[in-house]
Amino acid sequence: MPEPIQVFVNGSPLAVEPGCSVAVAIAIAGRSCRTSVGGQARGPLCAMGICFECRATVNGSAHARTCQIRCEPAMEIETT
Amino acid sequence: MTTPSHPRSHAAPDSRAPGFASLDFEVLVVGSGPAGIATAVRASENGARVCLVDDNPAAGGQIWRDSGRDSGKAHAAHGGGEAMWRKRLAAAKIDQLHGWSVFDQAAPGTVRAQSHRGEIADLRYEKLIVATGARERFLPFPGWTLPNVMGAGALQAMVKSGLPIHGKRVVLAGSGPLLLAVAASLRAAGAVVVRVCEQASLSQLAPFALSLAAAPGKILEGLRYKAATWNVPFHASSWPLRASGDEVLRSVELSINGKTVSVECDYLACGFHLVPNIELAAMLGCRVENGAVSVDEWQRTSQPEIYCAGEPTGIGGLEISLLEGQIAGLAAVGKAGLARELFSARTKMSRFAARLGAAFALRPELRALPQYDTLLCRCEDVPYGAVRRHQSWRSAKLHTRCGMGPCQGRICGAATDFLLGWSADSTRPPILPVPIASLAASQPRREPDFANATTTGNHL
Repeated sequence: MPEPIQVFVNGSPLAVEPGCSVAVAIAIAGRSCRTSVGGQARGPLCAMGICFECRATVNGSAHARTCQIRCEPAMEIETT
Repeated sequence: MTTPSHPRSHAAPDSRAPGFASLDFEVLVVGSGPAGIATAVRASENGARVCLVDDNPAAGGQIWRDSGRDSGKAHAAHGGGEAMWRKRLAAAKIDQLHGWSVFDQAAPGTVRAQSHRGEIADLRYEKLIVATGARERFLPFPGWTLPNVMGAGALQAMVKSGLPIHGKRVVLAGSGPLLLAVAASLRAAGAVVVRVCEQASLSQLAPFALSLAAAPGKILEGLRYKAATWNVPFHASSWPLRASGDEVLRSVELSINGKTVSVECDYLACGFHLVPNIELAAMLGCRVENGAVSVDEWQRTSQPEIYCAGEPTGIGGLEISLLEGQIAGLAAVGKAGLARELFSARTKMSRFAARLGAAFALRPELRALPQYDTLLCRCEDVPYGAVRRHQSWRSAKLHTRCGMGPCQGRICGAATDFLLGWSADSTRPPILPVPIASLAASQPRREPDFANATTTGNHL
């Protein structure tokens, strides 16, 4: 088995398999990705970079499409 | 090619914008699903300098999504000769940019792309092949914005990207051959597939099922799905009415053959067949008719230097995408004879594509799914009732901000097309939201990390 990698979701460490997408890491952490303009929790809809529902801040970059990004060691993921 | 080959150079600095990565290719392929891979491979094998760019983290598109965790053995198990195409892709000298989105036309013959880290590159081409694939069509119904309600292909993509699904209860709903394919793959991954609800009626589906016999490559595929889904309760003439839960999905109300049934589940995977991704082609001025990019027999669009292959020319599935990709790649490098050899196979597959569209045509009852307060535009949280009062997409956009968010109407546009019969506006750049700085392109950028396919095919 490949070594798990550690990322941080809203500051909490999380071990994920290599190849895991950031959107999946957020789901494993039990979080939704973003809060809509009307205040609703949202998670991925299309999982292929089209819908922008999985946006979160990744290593300081806001509005990243997390379904299109793979987890990297020590990645910092912030949901809203 | 009509022009002599340039020396192979990855990053010639652009004199007009110092520090800005600017790259030249004979053939630029946007989209690295089956159509894009077939295009790039055939063009490269015939001597062209080729770049394959895609916003996903690896080549394969959706149907051949590479999780970065699959082994070569897993590739061999997928359909359509995936292992063979991946081998040829790896053997070809093709520059691959993964995790890069093309969002603008910098100049005639040049598109601009951005990586998810914010780097910018201008990609110059002699021939451009648009192989941007398709997306799922989503229709609004009460509760469709809850987390864990997503597309059918979306849930499959999430599972391939590491989402634990073992023991989870999944309801699949919507329309299209993807539903059964996803049901089979989720079951194989240990999910409990509670229901599969296909909106089309059995009488609508029957001619399609029979027609599988006329498309040889499809027989095995069809049987494989059927066998793997043997114990899955499959319902025709059935669709979701409402998804419920507080912060997250808890249950789904389904209309199953006219009866309302409520089932508890962890995921509702719901997509109403597919719609072509035409935005890039449309932005570049290629003619679009009935939601698909118009092409001639060489897969050439109304712009002579731009070709289009695969789902953007009309939903047809894997085999025709591979054929169109090969024809486009060969035609783009002047190999008309080789391209012509594939014409009859393409004609045969296009008949299958036509049957596919007829079998999964959406029934009018689905127009009654969204309620007045059901959100139609998820980016701007605009309810269906507010949009429906308007007479056109343009008027609704101006007055409600529907379709004005980051997805630029890609989700709600396909829905309003069906619900209200509105066609979308013209597509204008940038076709994806980008920071203002990216449009100005004045900041120093670093060169893209080229992921050359001669290594593993798995990059970034």
